[in-house]
Amino acid sequence: MSSTSTGLPAAPTVRRPRPGGWRGVRPWVMPIIGLVVAFAFLWPYLVMLLDAFRPSSDVVKTPPSLLPEQWKWTTFSEVLGDERFLAWLKSSLVISLSSTAIVVVVAIPAAYFTARFRFRGRMAFLFLVLVTQMFAPTSLVVGIYREFYALTLVDTYQALILTNAAFNLAFAIWILHGFFASIPREIEEAAELDGAGRLGRLWRVMLPLTLPGLVTATIFTFIAAWNEYVVALTLMLSDDKKPLTVGINSYVTGYEQNWDQLFAASIVAIVPVVVLFAVIEKHLVGGLTSGAVK
Amino acid sequence: MTQPIGAGAGAVGGPAAPAPAAPSSPAEPVGGRRRTARRRHTSGVSGWIALLWLAPALALVLGVVVWPAVELVRASLSRYSITGLRKGDAGLDNFRNVLANDSLTTVLTNTVVWVVAVVALTILISLGVAQFLTKEFWGRRIVRWAVIVPWAASLVITARLFSLIYSYYYGTLNAVLLKLHVIDTPIDFIGSDRLIMPSMIVVGVFVSIPFTAYVFVAGLNAIPGDVYEAARIDGASAWQTWRQITLPLLRPAILVATVLNMIYVFNSFPIIYTLNESNPGFGHDTTITFMYKLAFKSAEKDVGQSAAAGLFNVCLILVAVLVYLRVSSWREEES
Repeated sequence: MSSTSTGLPAAPTVRRPRPGGWRGVRPWVMPIIGLVVAFAFLWPYLVMLLDAFRPSSDVVKTPPSLLPEQWKWTTFSEVLGDERFLAWLKSSLVISLSSTAIVVVVAIPAAYFTARFRFRGRMAFLFLVLVTQMFAPTSLVVGIYREFYALTLVDTYQALILTNAAFNLAFAIWILHGFFASIPREIEEAAELDGAGRLGRLWRVMLPLTLPGLVTATIFTFIAAWNEYVVALTLMLSDDKKPLTVGINSYVTGYEQNWDQLFAASIVAIVPVVVLFAVIEKHLVGGLTSGAVK
Repeated sequence: MTQPIGAGAGAVGGPAAPAPAAPSSPAEPVGGRRRTARRRHTSGVSGWIALLWLAPALALVLGVVVWPAVELVRASLSRYSITGLRKGDAGLDNFRNVLANDSLTTVLTNTVVWVVAVVALTILISLGVAQFLTKEFWGRRIVRWAVIVPWAASLVITARLFSLIYSYYYGTLNAVLLKLHVIDTPIDFIGSDRLIMPSMIVVGVFVSIPFTAYVFVAGLNAIPGDVYEAARIDGASAWQTWRQITLPLLRPAILVATVLNMIYVFNSFPIIYTLNESNPGFGHDTTITFMYKLAFKSAEKDVGQSAAAGLFNVCLILVAVLVYLRVSSWREEES
């Protein structure tokens, strides 16, 4: 960083903001910019919220109006009482929760072992994991379809659960690997001296220390599975087994046009994810740091 | 999570994963200098015990990632009936047919424009957003939550939403622009050949920023405060500080964010598939939607050709990422 000081005065003076200048207005200006930034990211979803509160005919009319001309308060209760919607919600929950559980159970031993021990094939394994990360299920969707077709698992929860688990495994292993590797070995050695076996050390000593990483990996996996679209679109044929992302599209088709219900359903699908994200917001920054941005 | 486009879901579509960050980093923390001191732990493990711990992960990856990849290769070398029944070997015919497809040049151009524009704009804007989000101010928590929303929302929902917002007849965007007298007549954002790509790019950038900004926030937080203190005492201006301290120290984060965004944006499906729905042909498709339409939507429903196109896709993204890493001299960065 030798170039930092070139071109600067020989006897540098510490710069102070002029009184009454930026320092004076900062407490007001920053929150206002914040409001603008927040609005920039929220406005489409505010449009969606408004559209959920007006009749579908009011959503698609020419010329369009910003605010509803007629308010309609029953959309959410319609959607929540709709059996189709409840079936999609159930599919989404079953698929996301199951694949997240599989990822956690499978990723912990793999991440712990590769972070702690060296063995033949370790680099090959980590490389395989890395390559997995490069393949989005989208690019392999034809192969995925043919595999589950051969296994006669097309149109089953199992197919989507396995796919979501497999394609999110790499991320979980990577994050957890970083956390396990950062825990001083001495801590584990102390537990070893106290007579704890390898599994006991992992369970009682290591896991509590990697909790932020575990929370991050878990929530990321859940969200990715919850939002997955292409594989579900391709594999799930019967209407009642579709997850929300695919199912809600049948609110607006060539045959029926229920924009209000589409958007109310979308909001129901988005809110839990935003809440999960908000919960881990602090961990999110920390988790990304230790996982990748070393 | 990805869902920056990929995020996919992520991101854009898919999982928002900073995982493949550093190809060689996993080895680093345990290996190298520490190895000698840790010999007791590092060499005593036999391959069989390792297999025991890794078996579930291996099974999952081999069964659901590698198997489909093999199926894809097999399918690309086979002939299929329109209903998807395998009719025999095709040799390299599928690859020839894809290469001979009239739309291929258009599709490839679209892909390059889409990936380069979305990734570049996302990185630039996210740098600014991340700078802002690391400043202390009243209500920062709420602003950070707001920025998360496009990341949390499923891409297909956001895409569907924008197809309505952009609409020529009912779109909110046209309503606002008309009301503000920016335009006199409505604009056909997604029906016009000229405007659809920019319109899709805007959505792509919009959904990719949150994840990217968060990677940068993490990177900025990792810069120790005393570096800035030193710069301040030296009398460096704000611009000098940013250019000569923040940017170089943020470089690893920028590399990670760029590579991940390239993967997500390239693999992004819902935005292009949804916004481009009403346009016939392959005029505004990228290679990913092109491949999907070949198998499931085109008149031929040709699984073999689609598989061949899929293999092209996998190679394309591998090459693109490798070239990027080479150009940004990743290896020097690592050492």
